[in-house]
Amino acid sequence: MTTIRPLSEALTGTSVDIPHGQSLLRVDGLTMRFGGNTAVDDVSFDVGRGELFAIIGPNGAGKTSIFNCMSGVYRPQAGDLTFLGESLLDVRPDDIARRGVSRMFQNIELFDNLTVLDNLMLGRHQHLSYGMLAGMVYVGRAKRTEVVNRRIVEDIIDFLEIESVRKFPVGMLPYGVKKRVELGRAMAMEPKLLLLDEPVAGMNVEETEDMARFILDIREELDLTMVLVEHDMGLVMDLADRVMVLDFGVQIALDTPDRVQRDPNVIQAYLGEGDEGPTLDDEAAAAEARSGQEARR
Amino acid sequence: MTGPRGDTAPPKAARATLRGRPSLYTDYAADQAIWNTPAKRYWTVALILAVIATPFLPFVTRSQQADLTLVFVLAIGGIGLNLLTGYAGQVSLGHAFFVGVGAFTASVLGGMPTQNVVGFELDLLIWLPAAGLVSMVLGLLVAPLAARVRGLYLAILTLGLVFIGEHLFKELRSISGGQGVGRRGPDPEILGFALFHPQEIFGLQLDRETPWYLFTFLLLVVMAILGRNLARSRMGRAFAAVRDRDIAAEIMGVPLLRTKVLAFGVSSFYAGVAGALLAVSFGQVTPENFGGLGGLLLSVEFLAIILIGGVATMSGSIIGATFVVLMPRLVQAFAPQIPLIGDGALLSVQQLEGILFGVLIVLFLILEPRGLFGLWLRIRNYWKAWPFSY
Repeated sequence: MTTIRPLSEALTGTSVDIPHGQSLLRVDGLTMRFGGNTAVDDVSFDVGRGELFAIIGPNGAGKTSIFNCMSGVYRPQAGDLTFLGESLLDVRPDDIARRGVSRMFQNIELFDNLTVLDNLMLGRHQHLSYGMLAGMVYVGRAKRTEVVNRRIVEDIIDFLEIESVRKFPVGMLPYGVKKRVELGRAMAMEPKLLLLDEPVAGMNVEETEDMARFILDIREELDLTMVLVEHDMGLVMDLADRVMVLDFGVQIALDTPDRVQRDPNVIQAYLGEGDEGPTLDDEAAAAEARSGQEARR
Repeated sequence: MTGPRGDTAPPKAARATLRGRPSLYTDYAADQAIWNTPAKRYWTVALILAVIATPFLPFVTRSQQADLTLVFVLAIGGIGLNLLTGYAGQVSLGHAFFVGVGAFTASVLGGMPTQNVVGFELDLLIWLPAAGLVSMVLGLLVAPLAARVRGLYLAILTLGLVFIGEHLFKELRSISGGQGVGRRGPDPEILGFALFHPQEIFGLQLDRETPWYLFTFLLLVVMAILGRNLARSRMGRAFAAVRDRDIAAEIMGVPLLRTKVLAFGVSSFYAGVAGALLAVSFGQVTPENFGGLGGLLLSVEFLAIILIGGVATMSGSIIGATFVVLMPRLVQAFAPQIPLIGDGALLSVQQLEGILFGVLIVLFLILEPRGLFGLWLRIRNYWKAWPFSY
């Protein structure tokens, strides 16, 4: 009666029918100002299908602002965001969700009074296709839909190993588990693009490793495209295919992790300007990185 | 594709072995059921049978039947407010307005015409749904405005409805009968069967109040189940999401405006039905019942029902309504035994009622925000865990 099915069978909506590496999300000249303060300044990048794209930068660099533009919370003053060939500008957040963009928040934004199950079922909201009256009568299709989606949610619960807390109100769970539930809720939306805003912020080493494992497993099983914002450099450098570095809203580097690590602009942004530049043990590597970056431009 | 895990009911033999293990589920449908343990099922049936049997008990008076009928009616209204305020988190002080709209709609469609007021003497099967629908339409009209504000501002905005209601109810004399006069409520008749009239069924002689008591109770059961289903299904979860974190809800794919508008709509439908039933129970409805200060008090009473009973629970709404109606009766019954209470003494019975009411709301908000339902949960969990403390 009970069969464990792979996630890719449970969450079929995550597949995208464009070839690997081709642009899924395109951000073009994005500019976001709050009064006189430019949080995001003319930032452009492409995220290819199946890629794990990381955005890093010091506090206040504009990382979360980019996410808020992508999920429709902020409206940028200039530039464009294109997802699967369609612009996301002036699209309501719930509509963006329907198109397949889901998100995990920096500060946990779960529905505290609801159980883990209900939180995940809320992730399924757009995939439940019965009306309010059908829900009130709760027979036939409404009931069937609930059971089918409950099973999908249970698959995610199995995957994230949170079976023991499935009926607990989220508000009383510890921080690390809440983060996991939030990842589950984002997965339950069956996204084509997953935005992860500091998934391991405030976690200890073991919790961070667990989260990294989940992210890798999701990639492997669902072949999901992800954009990751994170301060944990170890995690970013291990997981990401490409890294974009922001400083005060300006894009200062965009390259593979190992090259970005050696980029003098990046080092300067993170560690400040030194007299002799002793922060680099290898000047040549930095020069190479710089030339590589220029060549790419 | 194989069927969803556990989609099919387990074989009978498997079911039989589940006795004594009430929280062992073998399929999701059973886990998601409203009455998901046998104890809940049996107690619900027992309670329903007890309530149905009550009017036939020899010591139950007609006025007690009328009181219990009022409990059922206020519980329906309370469920409506709980869906809006408890589940969807939209505080409303304007509930009395929608109740009033329902009351006057029902009175016009189901009441007798006189020199002063219009009336169509239609069947209950027409005026009861119509009362709900007219209220709902008004709720849907107000909602887009109300959905733009939150918290205190929403409370003030909905408070305004009560005063708009006062004006409307007083001015539309051919509908409401005018200030201080009012009009008769509708006569409840279903296909010729009078519900507010002595009846004889199966040789049983029923009091005038009894058929109405049974009808309102039946309606309460149906509307409570519909409300509970709403709460546990897609839209109810969306309500709770909007209440807990509206921005996150929107990013999860819950359309904010639509969800809030629906919450207002369904809540005012319940209010309209409750109003129609109230109009029958009151016999005479006046603009003062539902508009102005009277309306504000009625709105507060509904808020008290859900706060004392239990926010965001169906049973809480019913428990709260029971408490709000029966508490004053208890006070009246025991007042002669309490010193310093009574006419000419320190406090009148009404004053004591008012004070107790206020004190209880404050105490519940501070000590048990989940209301009487929360108290019940504590007792239940204590005995579940007994002899351990947790």
